[in-house]
Order: sequence, then C-alpha cells, then structure tokens
Amino acid sequence: MSNLTLSGITKRYAKETVLDQVSLSVDSGETLVLFGPSGAGKTVLLRLLAGVVDPDAGSVFINGEDMTGIEAEHRGIGMAFQNFALFPHMSAFDNIASPLTATRTDANSIKAGVHQVARLLKIEHVLEHAPRELSNGQKQRTALARALVGEPPVLLLDDPLRNVDAKLRFEMRLELPRLLRGRGATVIYVTQDYKEAMALGDRIAVLNAGIVEQVGTPEAIYLTPATLEIARLFGDPVINLYDVTVSATSQGRSVELSGVDIPLNNATSLNHGQACVLGIRPENISFVVQGANTSDSTIHSLPVEVEAETPLNEKIVTLAVTSGGREVLVSRPSGTPGPATGNALIDIKPGSIMLFDKSSGRRIDLSPAVGAHASTPDNSVSGQGVQA
Amino acid sequence: MEHTSLLERILRGIALCVVVVFFMFPILWIVLMSFQTNDTILRVPPSFIFEPTLANYKALITGKLETSAASLEIHFLRNLGNSVLLSVGAVALSLLLGVPAAYAFARHKFRGSEDIAFTLLSFRFAPPLLVLLPLSLYFQKIGLADTYIGLIWVYQLICLPLILWIVRGYFEDISPDIEYAYRIAGHSWFTTFRKIALPLAKPGIAAAGLLAFIFAWNNFIFALVLASADKQPVTVGALAFVTASGIQYGQIASAIVLSIAPTLALALYAQRYLVEGLSLGAVKG
Repeated sequence: MSNLTLSGITKRYAKETVLDQVSLSVDSGETLVLFGPSGAGKTVLLRLLAGVVDPDAGSVFINGEDMTGIEAEHRGIGMAFQNFALFPHMSAFDNIASPLTATRTDANSIKAGVHQVARLLKIEHVLEHAPRELSNGQKQRTALARALVGEPPVLLLDDPLRNVDAKLRFEMRLELPRLLRGRGATVIYVTQDYKEAMALGDRIAVLNAGIVEQVGTPEAIYLTPATLEIARLFGDPVINLYDVTVSATSQGRSVELSGVDIPLNNATSLNHGQACVLGIRPENISFVVQGANTSDSTIHSLPVEVEAETPLNEKIVTLAVTSGGREVLVSRPSGTPGPATGNALIDIKPGSIMLFDKSSGRRIDLSPAVGAHASTPDNSVSGQGVQA
Repeated sequence: MEHTSLLERILRGIALCVVVVFFMFPILWIVLMSFQTNDTILRVPPSFIFEPTLANYKALITGKLETSAASLEIHFLRNLGNSVLLSVGAVALSLLLGVPAAYAFARHKFRGSEDIAFTLLSFRFAPPLLVLLPLSLYFQKIGLADTYIGLIWVYQLICLPLILWIVRGYFEDISPDIEYAYRIAGHSWFTTFRKIALPLAKPGIAAAGLLAFIFAWNNFIFALVLASADKQPVTVGALAFVTASGIQYGQIASAIVLSIAPTLALALYAQRYLVEGLSLGAVKG
C-alpha cells in the first residue's frame, strides 16, 4: 500500500510543453483514472512516475519518499503498456516471470508466482507460447499479468484495453475492478474511453494539453464538468451545445434557444450580452407525449422536426432540428414511445442545463437549479445519469 | 496468388537462367581452373574436358611452387592464416566497440551525436590512399607498422562505420517500451541491454558482422602498404603467383577457391540469423 503524489511536474520536449505544473495525489489503495484525449500527456506522465523519463521540474513522491533520481528498477512499480511491450524473444512464462527474476532466484517460487497470476487471468494454457503466437486478448492479459505478478504497491496501467476488441474490452471492464481491488494496490489507469473511466475510477483526473482540468468522482465529472471540453468528452451521445447570448431583463437573466426563453435563476455573475454556450445532455431531453398536459411546459417545450432515429441496444438516439436550425440529439431508453419522423415537441429536464462561458470554456455555476416552470415530471425521461 | 501464363513463366525461367549463368559462370570457371595445369588452362580453344589434377592444391599446401624455370617458395597457408586472424580480429574489435556505440546513438540523443555518427560514416567516403600515406608514416613512428594490431586498427576504418550504422538502425527499430518494461520489472540498464536489446538486434548484428568480415577479408590496399610478407593476407599474397616465368593461373585459381571458402561457409552459416521477423508480433502499435 502506497500513496502517490505528483507536485508541479513539468515536462518539455524541444519547445513544446507536454506537462505543465501537474500536481496530483492518489491515496493508498485508490484507483485514479487519468482521462484525456490523445496527446494530452497521459503516457508521458506515467513514464515520469515509472522513472523511465525524467521531469524538467517537479517531483514524484511514493509514500512520501522523493523519487527524483531513483532509477525505474528501484521504484517498486508495475506497469502495463498500451502496446503490450512484451519481450518478443521470450515465452509468455518468461515475460510474466521477468519482474520476479530480478529479485528471486528460486525457480520454484518464480514458477508458483507466475502460475498463480496466470490462473487469475486465465492464460495458464498459453504460458509456453511466444508473444507472436498469442491472440491480442492473450497478449493483453500477459502484459497485465507481468504488471501484477510482483505484487507492486503501485500499478500503472496505460490504456491496457486500447488494442483489444470490443467484446474483450467489455469483459475486462467488468473484471478489472475486482482484480485491482483484490490487490489493494494504488492504481493509475490511463484511458481515452469515458465509459472505462467511469467504470474503473474511484476518482477521475481529466488531463488536457498537459494541464489537469478537473479531478473528481465519476459522478462529479459527469454532472458538473469543469469545462466545455470535459462535458463534450464525457457522454454518449455527445452533449448538445448551443451558442447563446445572455439577456438580462427585469425578470432575471435568461438565454434564448430557437425562440424559447430558458431562465437562469441565479445569474448575478452573468452580464447582459455575454456570449455563453448552453449544454444539454441528450438523456435530459424528452419528447412531449401527445395528449399529456403540456400547459406548464410551454417555457421549455421546443417545436422540432425529427430528422433521423438511431436505435442502439439500450437506447434510441434521435436527431431533430429546431425551427431556428439548431440540431438536437435526444436519447431515450428503448421501449419508450417517441416520434420517428415529422414534427414534435421536446422538453428539457429541469435543472439539467449547463452553461459555459464561451471565451474561457469554464462552466458557470447555475445553482440553485433553473427551471422553476418545470414540465410535468411524467413528461420527462429521467436521466440515464452516469450509467450511460 | 497472381495468375501467370505459361509463356510468362517460361520467359521468367529463361531470364533467371541468364542471370544465374552470368554471375555464376566465373566462379564455376575458377573452380574448374583450380584442377587444371597451366597448359590445359591456356590451350585454345578452351574446353571443359581435361584430366583433373590436385597439383595446384598440393603446391599451395606444401608451399613449394614448381614452375618450368625453378622451384619457388610461397606462403599461401600463412597468408590464409593472416587473413583469418586479421578479419576475425578486426570484426571482433568492431563489434565490441560498434555495438555499444550504436546503442548509444540509437537511444540517447546527446549533443553532437548525429555529427559524431556521421563523422564515423565519413571514413567510408575517403579513398583509402588518402589516409594511407600519413598513416604509414605515423605507424612507422609509433612502431605499429607491420604489426597485426596496427592492421586490425586500420581495418576499423572499414568495419566500424558499417557495423555502427547497420546495428544502430536495428536498435532504433526496437520499441523503447520493451526496454522500459524490462527496466520497470526491476532490471538494471545493463541487464536490459544484454537480455533485451542485444537478442532483439541479433539479426542486425549478424548481418553487419558478416558484411564487415567480407569487407575486411577482401581488403587489399591497406595490407599491401602496411604489412610485410609475413603479415600479408591472401589478397596481397596472391601477387606471389605472378612470377618472373609467367602467371600461375592454376595456383591462383585454387588459392581463390580456398580463400572464398571461409567467407562462403560463414555466409551460409549466418544466413539463418539474417532472417528478420523475430521482433514482429510482440508490439501492436
């Protein structure tokens, strides 16, 4: 069990700053997911932690001990690489055994250790094979086994599910949390897949362009993203975003979306004419059911024309266009009614809208919740929330 | 599979035959010559039918060259021994220096690394005569002229750049992640170099070593200028067959057969190491 702290880590390659003053701390036994788009600096950060790359500034502490100048082989870290990085000239057994051979000489104990972790990952039958004879899934498990076998207190997993097929990724997404928690190791898990991040992380750190933009629980990241970019990265289908302008009237501040005013209750920080971006998650929009009482929902009901409907397994995603020409994605659970074509009305779930400053991209706090003129609850499809 | 017509296949066969005959005929002719006497070699028109004799090989091995005029002593076996010693020594030294250097150039981009690597390569551009004159003067001053060590040193001009540049490419092809993974597993950088980098670059090291060996073996000018009779390799030693009473074609031919034998054997042996593909399949990019 080890906790892990990064303080003010900066790394430059040539003139380009890959990591800029990154500070993070991970508690003992915690799984922190490092999430970010390609080129955000996630892999570099892991390498800095592992000690194969040195930072230009800042320090890494493991259990409070400064790791500056300590070579990779003395840090007590296990790491799985995105490209597996198996040793091509060694059998799967020797690959997995490599962390043990560094410290142990007793062949029997090495054998026992390898077989134990291989059994856990269900690759016992391929231990004698060379890496090129393994399937992608087996390679990935071999790489994972190699990271786990030495029971390192700190485990770095660099997008280990990136190069495996969708079915296996899904299986491993269910299996990994159990595997990691059973070990009690402190884990940093890198991924570009927000679902993976949500499923595996105790906390998520969002890294973008070398800067940590937000650290929080999966729920916090999903419901209160710090920036527009984070809101865009988390969620499938992607969040609806609209450029809007704040108007301040005697009744309070509001934004206008295709002819419909959306009030923003607590908006003292907003100025008249301020350019903002309105964000509404597709699962927080619902179609108004014909015949239901819609008298209360006039403020939020928007007339749209349905363009296309895409049934996915557990949900149906509909693309519609408002009279103002804005595209709206609506997501609803499979089996619930909704129009496939033609004109329809949509409702926005009260309290679910997000507002971002256009120039800085930062979210503007709108609590207490907006939408006093809420539509009737039975008209609103309850949000699919973080399980999306 | 491509579909090829019968005509295409026949034409391809003929073309291949022409190429093989063109390149292999001189070698075949040399082998035939080595079993003939000077008289049968020089008859007009030449013929494939002759009475084979081992006299040429006997002369080379006993060191007694019988010509029509007189009996001459030659040191062919000694020359052959010199060739082996010089080439093996030069390649061994080059591998010892070149492989770690290649690794350093491949993995660590330090200030001036490209310049140093290029300077080493530029040794191959310079005509040998350019360096020979000053070198022979130096060597006489510092007592390295006409020594095996001096010659092996000079042979580094041939072998070292070759090994450095070929092996460097192979090291660069190994994903650094593989080495990182071994480091993180708890092994020192030197163990990583021995257990990961060297085995993975083995095909490249074998290929470079073989090429360097062939270049060293075939070298003529350095040994001609810097070595006296008892240190000369076969390439220079073969000059002895040009005698006052004529050129001993038969002995030259058998000397050639004997001197290409080691490189041929080595090439056949090293062939399996030259096959790439060992490093494929472990890294998915």
